[in-house]
Amino acid sequence: MSTTKASRIGEEIWKTRIDKVNAELVTLTYGTIVAQLCQDYDSDYKQVNQQLDKMGYNIGLRLIEDFLAKSGVGRCANFRDTADMIAKVGFKIFLNVAPTVTNWASDNNQFSLIFDENPLADFVELPDDGRAQDELWFSNILCGVLRGALEMVQMQIEAHFVSDVLRGDDTTEMRVSLVRYIEDEMPPEEE
Amino acid sequence: MSYYFTILSPTDTPIFNIAFGTSKGGGDGIARFRFPDTAQYMNQFIIHSSLDIVEEAQWINGGMYLKHIDTYPPAAAYISAFLTPSGARFLLLHQPPQLPSGTSSGLGSSSLLGSSASTTRASSSSVAANPTSPQTEEAVRQFMNEVYESYVKTAMSPFYKQGMEIKSPVFRTKVTGAGKKWL
Repeated sequence: MSTTKASRIGEEIWKTRIDKVNAELVTLTYGTIVAQLCQDYDSDYKQVNQQLDKMGYNIGLRLIEDFLAKSGVGRCANFRDTADMIAKVGFKIFLNVAPTVTNWASDNNQFSLIFDENPLADFVELPDDGRAQDELWFSNILCGVLRGALEMVQMQIEAHFVSDVLRGDDTTEMRVSLVRYIEDEMPPEEE
Repeated sequence: MSYYFTILSPTDTPIFNIAFGTSKGGGDGIARFRFPDTAQYMNQFIIHSSLDIVEEAQWINGGMYLKHIDTYPPAAAYISAFLTPSGARFLLLHQPPQLPSGTSSGLGSSSLLGSSASTTRASSSSVAANPTSPQTEEAVRQFMNEVYESYVKTAMSPFYKQGMEIKSPVFRTKVTGAGKKWL
């Protein structure tokens, strides 16, 4: 399946089958969660990243079902297809953004998602305690979501942010790498 | 023209201060108040002393922009105020450039203004020369609105707590930008 076709599917589902919700509601809710986590963990941002990832993972585990039901798309032929599906359909229908898929590794098992906009991070300015800029990945929940969702469809992946405009970088980039296809369907690990 | 801008939280805590000069008509954007550098607290003193008048005026006309509300003649300081619906107050002190001694009612004529830099920008309606003209009120209104927009965005940041000092460098840059643009 080509990127343009995936984009078309994403647009179509976004227009016809998705309940919309006020963007500020999402932004403020997510922002509050992160701020609260930072407070609860005494600004231990490594912990905060981890918690966000865990929360995302638990979302991903169920979100994939919703995604497949809404989109009605079938199995992806290869990891490149999967990448397009995530970027152009998944992100489109749940967040109304379509990150660019790029920077493929030569073995086709690693790619980057570049986010031109990020509804989770509107209005956000990281705390200026001299550490948040270097340690906190504000939108880290998204990594967890991808990890959880793909695990449910037999793909073990690793995802992390490598840059974020909130930290003063030029782009917001998430690196996704395929670890392995899960052959025998083991139940997901307890987390 | 020199400006001193301050934001007070609804509970009367100062949460943001900035001093800047005009950038219009060749101004370099650096504040030059008439007090010596050791007496810059005078700005805060004057600006906060206008709060009583702000409180009297705030329910009268129903608008958020209260225009020029107070003058402190000894320092030729003019105060304009802007209220947000949640009760934060934006106060702007403006002080026209120093007039040469011996001119008593100097506002408005270019020949009466002191430095060579200011002669080019002075006319009876320019923002710099006449702090109470409609043009100035309009310029200040634009400035306040722009700051208000940035203020709302800053207040929406999840890491900003209401009533806390605004430390955001982004906000400071935006206020400076608005000052450059309108004042």
